[in-house]
Amino acid sequence: MTDYVPMRPGTVTRYVVVESLTITPSELAIRAYEISQGVMIKETCFGLAINGEEQAVDSLIAKLRTMEPDHIFVKDRGFLPGDPRRCRANHGGARPGFHGIEFETAVLPYISHGLTEIRSRPYSDIPLPESPPETKKLDVYKLKKIIEAQEP
Amino acid sequence: MAKVFIYPATSLILSDLVARYGHTPLSSAIAIRERVQTAGIESAPLQITPEEPKKGLKWAAVEVPSGVRGRMSLYGPMIEECEAAIVINDADLAFGCMGCARTNELIKFLVREKGVPRLDLDYPKSEEEGVQFVAAIKRFLDGLGGGR
Repeated sequence: MTDYVPMRPGTVTRYVVVESLTITPSELAIRAYEISQGVMIKETCFGLAINGEEQAVDSLIAKLRTMEPDHIFVKDRGFLPGDPRRCRANHGGARPGFHGIEFETAVLPYISHGLTEIRSRPYSDIPLPESPPETKKLDVYKLKKIIEAQEP
Repeated sequence: MAKVFIYPATSLILSDLVARYGHTPLSSAIAIRERVQTAGIESAPLQITPEEPKKGLKWAAVEVPSGVRGRMSLYGPMIEECEAAIVINDADLAFGCMGCARTNELIKFLVREKGVPRLDLDYPKSEEEGVQFVAAIKRFLDGLGGGR
């Protein structure tokens, strides 16, 4: 067993995902480098990974968000940018968490549209989405088919 | 400012919207960060040690696979801590290389059992559904109070 000594304890890492027709991740990265104060910034294909003291990271993200508030999304990350345990450079292929971001990136244009719309019209005028059913009931004909399939 | 458990716990959309409207999202990254930033015994890649399945016994019985119990040691404390929850039901991304269907069922069950305000949704599939999705989340979070 080996002792584990964490790198940069007490810091936070956040992903900044950009889904925009006018801003690219590299433009966002350049802007972040211009205004950052002592934080670590890594450019990725979908945006940035930013690590540093929580206050510094949040302040930087707030400034970046002003570029396109409805098209920049933020989430927490557990690992440091480029952590060898997670970084795909050390593994080959996408890291596991990328698939979730990839899936949600396809939904982001609808969310961006929603954020823009909600600013111009009160949400009380917007109907609630249809509530998904709690559990899907087994169709009786399907059940009958299963029962019959088990007969010799 | 309320602590809102999000499911899928890795969701970018939910994490962003909850924080955007002034509340604290409880996501898996927070639990992982806690472990990755704590000194101890090396247990790559997620710093999940053999202690975690033992902690998971609080939420899942001993005959339940250790993978479920290990995961519950991350999600269980967050479910206990949460004051509200937002659940996306058709989140296929929660099951796959890093997910576990049985854990997901247990998480949804525990959230329902806890009786905190809960919003059930599906991912939007059009722009109009996107508007309804964002409006539903904003309405829900405003109802919790303390947001912005």
